[in-house]
Amino acid sequence: MNFGLSEEQRMLQETVRQFLENECAPPKLREIFEGETGFDPALWKGMVELGLAGLHVPEEHGGAGLQVLDLALVAETLGYGGAPGPFFGHALGTLALCLAASDSQKHKWLPRLATGSALATLALGEAGGAWQPEEWALPAGDTLSGTKCGVPYASLADVMVVGVAGGGLALVERESQGVEVTPVGGVDRSRRVDQVRFDGTPCEVLPDGKAAAPRVRDAGLVLLAADAFGAGSRLVDLSVEYAKTREQFGVTIGHFQALKHQLANMAVELEPSRALYWYAAHAFDQLPEQAERASALAKAHITERAMQIARDAVEAHGGIGFTWECDVQIWFKRVMFDRAYLGIPSVHRERAARLAGW
Amino acid sequence: MDLSYGEEYEEFRAELRTFLEENWPPKGAEAELPKKEAAASFRERATARGYLARSIPEKYGGSEQPPDEIRAAIIREEFRRVRAPRDARGIGTMMLVPTLLEKGAEWQKEKFVPPTVSGEYRWCQGYSEPGSGSDLASLRTRAELVGDEWVINGQKIWTTQAQQAHFMFCLCRTEPDAPKHAGISYLLVPMDQPGIEVSPLRQMTGGADFNQVFLNDARTPADWIVGQRGQGWEVSRATLKHERNSIGAAAMSTAMFDGLVQLAKQSQRGGRPAIEDPEIRQRLVALEGYIRAHEYSGYRQLTLNARGEHPGSIQTMNKLVSTNIGSEVAKLALDLLGEDGLLDPDGERLLGQIPNMSRSWISQYMYSLGIAVAGGTGNIQRNVIAERGLGLPRDHYAQSSK
Repeated sequence: MNFGLSEEQRMLQETVRQFLENECAPPKLREIFEGETGFDPALWKGMVELGLAGLHVPEEHGGAGLQVLDLALVAETLGYGGAPGPFFGHALGTLALCLAASDSQKHKWLPRLATGSALATLALGEAGGAWQPEEWALPAGDTLSGTKCGVPYASLADVMVVGVAGGGLALVERESQGVEVTPVGGVDRSRRVDQVRFDGTPCEVLPDGKAAAPRVRDAGLVLLAADAFGAGSRLVDLSVEYAKTREQFGVTIGHFQALKHQLANMAVELEPSRALYWYAAHAFDQLPEQAERASALAKAHITERAMQIARDAVEAHGGIGFTWECDVQIWFKRVMFDRAYLGIPSVHRERAARLAGW
Repeated sequence: MDLSYGEEYEEFRAELRTFLEENWPPKGAEAELPKKEAAASFRERATARGYLARSIPEKYGGSEQPPDEIRAAIIREEFRRVRAPRDARGIGTMMLVPTLLEKGAEWQKEKFVPPTVSGEYRWCQGYSEPGSGSDLASLRTRAELVGDEWVINGQKIWTTQAQQAHFMFCLCRTEPDAPKHAGISYLLVPMDQPGIEVSPLRQMTGGADFNQVFLNDARTPADWIVGQRGQGWEVSRATLKHERNSIGAAAMSTAMFDGLVQLAKQSQRGGRPAIEDPEIRQRLVALEGYIRAHEYSGYRQLTLNARGEHPGSIQTMNKLVSTNIGSEVAKLALDLLGEDGLLDPDGERLLGQIPNMSRSWISQYMYSLGIAVAGGTGNIQRNVIAERGLGLPRDHYAQSSK
């Protein structure tokens, strides 16, 4: 029995954490968060240099050949750091190609994606909360027409993997004709999303798309759960730190039992669920028959917990917690993204019930 | 990560299974013995093989095995699977024995540890008093040294198994002029004497798991003190670090959850099985999120303990996590019972619905609150989490009060 991280995995997390502490501390983070594009080329370049763009790409295609657990550990650390940028969409778009593309498609794209010289994204959602493969309605043949919502950093991506009718996946090059990208004013300014309209756009259907689509969705749920765990941890830490420094009635407010208990409850709600996202990631990599349900459970549970923790964090900070200048809002909105993206918790609870045969 | 136990451990499991097949349930002549004797004889063999009393030195009747959390977990799993007698799980083995091994005099270890480990000596714990609950160190039961005996006067409460116990390990105030914590001694007291009166305390479920113990000139020999006079508080705290994490507790949560799912399948809502009801489905999965998190968190802590690393703040949280789950499971069960929730908790019809448990769900609805209070209320747990887990300031009342 070994349900723990390897030395390499710990080092990976520590390296990313250090990097963000140095390169994306709150003043810098806030600058990107408040900026026009939510994208900082130097920061992304730094992440690429750490190998984050190709972590899970097989070594034969220039990646590190790691697994979804490793991606999830990175996602947790990025969530903790509030790191802005296209990691999430790129990781999933690339994973989709690893799982579903033909050899020639892989040869063409994976080496460039692994080294960060090209950027991928993933276009799954459709209007009305249609995130799941069985709900996709865009018909795909040699061309593609219709609208996808919530596509991360579509304006920057070189290649998009698009969910299509019948639950398959298709590849669209960003430069193809008939692709219209409209930025959506998103709540989480650390991960921007666009609406993408296709109009007779040339596409290539991925040969193993139907089998891969639910796997890609599951990996997405794991990454969102991991990100929310990281963001929730940051919110607990911010609140605890504030309680240790803010003074009222002549003492730091961390002396007051009412606040101590609120902070203890926040920690108790969150901390055990670290193992829940680990398990879902591990299941994705090693226990495929459990992966679908484990990822649904992890996403529903952790994003719900983290959302309540974010609300508690505002309260724990008092009036300042409600201001734009307080950093709590950055992680609050990060969790809002994690909670809503790929479907709200109740959607995945119902899926989990169904998958248990209930 | 690898959730299998690995080759070495699977071999260990295979040997253990063979041992259990051959030895439990009792075979041949042993099958004719009274259950208690058969269990004692089984325990002796299991100890000789290193499966039981693992943390107890051989000379005190244990098997003195090197600490191995994973072997311990496998033993628990396999023994539970065939319902073989495990280590006597009373408060004597769980709290007194580790305390004696760490703080006791040599003669005390020789006299008390072996029969406690074998289950021959049973113990109760004399800590709480009517006026001293969360603020335990304010206790007022007094012991005075008169000749070669301690003479004890006072009252203890919440004393589980006081009727069956042969001895009580007891915190008494022996140095009335010393500061609060420094005036307490840890005494071992025989229960069968005229100075001790045990009176059952009926709880809201109707049963009586606890007692009050009245001590009126109760006596115990002068050297039945563990540690020195005035060191009782530290002696009693020594036990706390022997308490292990949540693996067992998580197993109980998952078993209860299985029972809850069964209940949802058997109960009706609007003329259909309750498990088809959207609200029930949502609540079940929401609860399962907590339960799996707790379960896997146990795997993680097991791994870290096995590596000799400290699991961190999570260790302060296990009790609250587990009792929160217990309460939520019981609340959903009561909703599933519907109008059966009006019935007598001990009524025939309701028994046998919780796996491995004789209580009904209605009884559990109340009992879960008792468990949440026992050994430190939720609010006390929150203090511990905030102070030891999150590093917030100590409660100033706890630091300075008399």
